[in-house]
Amino acid sequence: MADQKTAAYICQGCGLGERLDTRQLAQVASRDGKMNLVREHPFLCSSEGVAMIRNDIENEGVTHIAIAACSRRAKTEAFHFPTVAMSRANLREGVIWIRPEGDEHQETTQEMADDYVRMACAEVKKMVQPAGNPAAARNDTVLVVGGGVSGMTAALEASKAGYRVVLVEKTGALGGMAAKLWKRVAYKEPFADPADTGVNELTARIQADKNIKVYLNATVAKTDGAPGRFTIDIATESGSISQEHVGAIVQASGFTLYDMNKLPELGGGLPNVVDQLGLEELARAANGGPIKRADGVEVKTVVFVQCAGQRDPSGTHLPYCSGHCCLTSIKQAMYFKDRNPDVDTVVIFDDLRTPGNGEDFYRSAQRKGVTFTKGKVSSVASAGNGLKVTFHDLILDDKNATIDADLVVLATGQVPNSGVNIDQPREEGVDIKPISILNLNYRQGPDVPQLVHGFADSHFICFPYESRRTGIYPTGPVRRPMDIAQAMEDATGAALKAIQAIENAAAGRAAHPRSGDLSYPTFRAEGCTQCKRCTVECPFGAIDEDEKRYPVFNESRCRRCGTCMGACPVRVISFENYSVDTVGSQIKAVDIPDEFSEKPRILVLACENDAYPALDMAGMKRQTYSAFVRVIPVRCLGSVNLIWITDALNSGYDGVMLMGCKHGEQYQCHFVKGSEMASYRLSKVDDTLKSLNLETERVQNYEVAITDIERVPQLINDYAEKIKEIGMSPFKF
Amino acid sequence: MMSDLNAQAIKKYGNSFLKEVEANVEEGEWVKMCMQCGVCSGSCPFGPHWAHPPQEIFMMIRAGKREEVLTSDSMWMCTSCYNCIVRCPRKLPITHIMHGLANYAHRLGLAPKNQPTRVFAKMFWDNIVKTGRVNELKLSLGLYFKDGLGPGIKTALAMKDIGLGMLKAKRLNPLELVKGHGCKDTKGIHAMLKKAREIEDRRKGFAA
Repeated sequence: MADQKTAAYICQGCGLGERLDTRQLAQVASRDGKMNLVREHPFLCSSEGVAMIRNDIENEGVTHIAIAACSRRAKTEAFHFPTVAMSRANLREGVIWIRPEGDEHQETTQEMADDYVRMACAEVKKMVQPAGNPAAARNDTVLVVGGGVSGMTAALEASKAGYRVVLVEKTGALGGMAAKLWKRVAYKEPFADPADTGVNELTARIQADKNIKVYLNATVAKTDGAPGRFTIDIATESGSISQEHVGAIVQASGFTLYDMNKLPELGGGLPNVVDQLGLEELARAANGGPIKRADGVEVKTVVFVQCAGQRDPSGTHLPYCSGHCCLTSIKQAMYFKDRNPDVDTVVIFDDLRTPGNGEDFYRSAQRKGVTFTKGKVSSVASAGNGLKVTFHDLILDDKNATIDADLVVLATGQVPNSGVNIDQPREEGVDIKPISILNLNYRQGPDVPQLVHGFADSHFICFPYESRRTGIYPTGPVRRPMDIAQAMEDATGAALKAIQAIENAAAGRAAHPRSGDLSYPTFRAEGCTQCKRCTVECPFGAIDEDEKRYPVFNESRCRRCGTCMGACPVRVISFENYSVDTVGSQIKAVDIPDEFSEKPRILVLACENDAYPALDMAGMKRQTYSAFVRVIPVRCLGSVNLIWITDALNSGYDGVMLMGCKHGEQYQCHFVKGSEMASYRLSKVDDTLKSLNLETERVQNYEVAITDIERVPQLINDYAEKIKEIGMSPFKF
Repeated sequence: MMSDLNAQAIKKYGNSFLKEVEANVEEGEWVKMCMQCGVCSGSCPFGPHWAHPPQEIFMMIRAGKREEVLTSDSMWMCTSCYNCIVRCPRKLPITHIMHGLANYAHRLGLAPKNQPTRVFAKMFWDNIVKTGRVNELKLSLGLYFKDGLGPGIKTALAMKDIGLGMLKAKRLNPLELVKGHGCKDTKGIHAMLKKAREIEDRRKGFAA
């Protein structure tokens, strides 16, 4: 701290100079902010302005800068000074753009700007320029678990990009599910006929690739470490353990078909009823000739039953759509039609879903004479040497329509092979031990957490391929249901994600969404009470425990959300540039007018991923809101430590608004459960308020989406009204 | 002769009504391309007023409901507004298929006997074939009296003002009722239509 030299830069551009008294802002920065150097500039982000700052850094020895100009989200390329600590006072989007012009507003608008300058100065003085993860390690090898189409594609793509690959396949051959298929759905122009699976070609390319090391008949016995320095124990065929060191992991463990024996009403278990894989076997056995049943009878009429045990609202079977089955049945119906157009092929569907170019494939099947009947099958029963399918014809509303068939094919859908569900306690007395895929040596459990319906994914909108374990990327049908074409594309994405993880880990940087962030959590061991809240609440399983039960932060697993910091009751966890102190100092830097001023102060802690951008955009659209709010962006609402709220109320704020992302099942939180943890913690804040003799409305929690550009200003204004009703806080000095 | 055709068709196509439609109905090969979205039925101005809107007709054809489709009066209700064709995402010529189905049902002798559209169509055909020109007076009077003398007189009286108006404006010549004017080569027209019928029958397999 001794050699800290601070500087504040006040911009006059973008109308700031006309709307605000920048001379006064400069005085605030030096008098209240106690900055060593204060400069005003007419156009700070211009090359001249940037050169001025750079000159101060190089020649004046400035180490900490506060820039009072536009939002921290704007001009990031101009204001890029990686060698110094920097804070930004948002005077443009946060003040002049959200305040109406005119003399009657001038005083409060200027007060707002003054406070933001004070806050930026207070924050930057507490910041330390991050030095990067000390445990950064580089390993250019990707582990791919699973040798199906997804796994092989990921391996080849990673290899093409110049990375080594270790591929672990549990069976004796590469190819996975696709190797069991006769043909695949058409994937290129004119999307008219079933195509070769391409598995042999993929396998040959893997075998010819010197960068790819393949283990067959092998499983992952143990996964240890963090991105950049994973250690993998591979249980091989011989029973011995091979050890590999890798930088990132792609999990392509695929799917299994939903068990048709659970569908007796649809004929599951009857001799001439097969699932889609069963039909592929028959087609392979026929090898281009007429397709025959297991008993050798040539199939003349075949009925395809879609959504067999899928999209089931009753909760008995799969609730979701597996996405590929319609196209697969269309393809299989073509197997028959292409050999013999006189075979009757009927597809009984509820909704026929043919994504992408599948529509052309569907049309091609219609041209070939495949009959599509909208209906819901109620039963499949043996009748003579064949089967009788009874269904509800949904167009004609005929509840007892029937078709006779030689063979019935059930589209049973995909169940992901995602390993142990770590969120579900193992049932007592159940002997079957779920098989783990990765056997992670993490405190949080042996496999990656599952999102919905057992699929391993992290964030369904923002971060495809991500799991909630940094550096481990599920791909293919283990992530969501998909077909070969989608799996190949998906695997390419996952390979790239793995490469990003390797590169970020090597540079000691964070993965998304704070990619490039060099800060990482540190903790003061002597203050730690070993309460384990940080290890439990970390959404990414980044925190283990050592033998003395202290937390072990695996920095390269960390995404820098700060949920651990928010969780810590003794406040010993912090980041170099984001800590209880940096935010706490900002809160305390705000000038609180006295009780009789009729100028309340409302603290807004806004998630920087959604709520803060929404506020910025409200400014861009010139939506006005109350001049009494002071907004502080936080990395995630999960990082909000309750001490901030207590401090704010104690120092005379009249209200606190917390703006985080939607949580719960359809969560939008970038850090999965940060906003959920925050709202859980806040559910206890009412007691604190009551003990302080304060109204519970003084702290409010809001779910804000990035699109809430008009709603957020409204929320603020409504809340300001409410504070007016309740009256000023009694805690003013 | 009509029921012979019907018996022949049943024998030839067995229970595959879709194939029968493909072979015998104008534009019938499009029926299999319907994807049951229901836009045609939703767009049809007559949709709620007839037994089976197009979507259902197509489904019934695929389900082999031969008797029900061919004896239905649904396709006779089509007003040829072409809304369905314009909106069909699969570009099915739905209006044409409706007319094709009606025509096929008529030829098999299965079309509903007193369906007004059918009666009108038949009258129009007979009227125009006779002289090679439409005799509007005979056609409209024939239509007035299609259900018998009583209703015919009633309709004629109801329409008398219009009739007199047309008479005054010289748009109606009562003498047409007696003679009517023909065209130059009536025989030639008859021969031409006979040949056309022969060709069509041969193409659709109706010729003995």
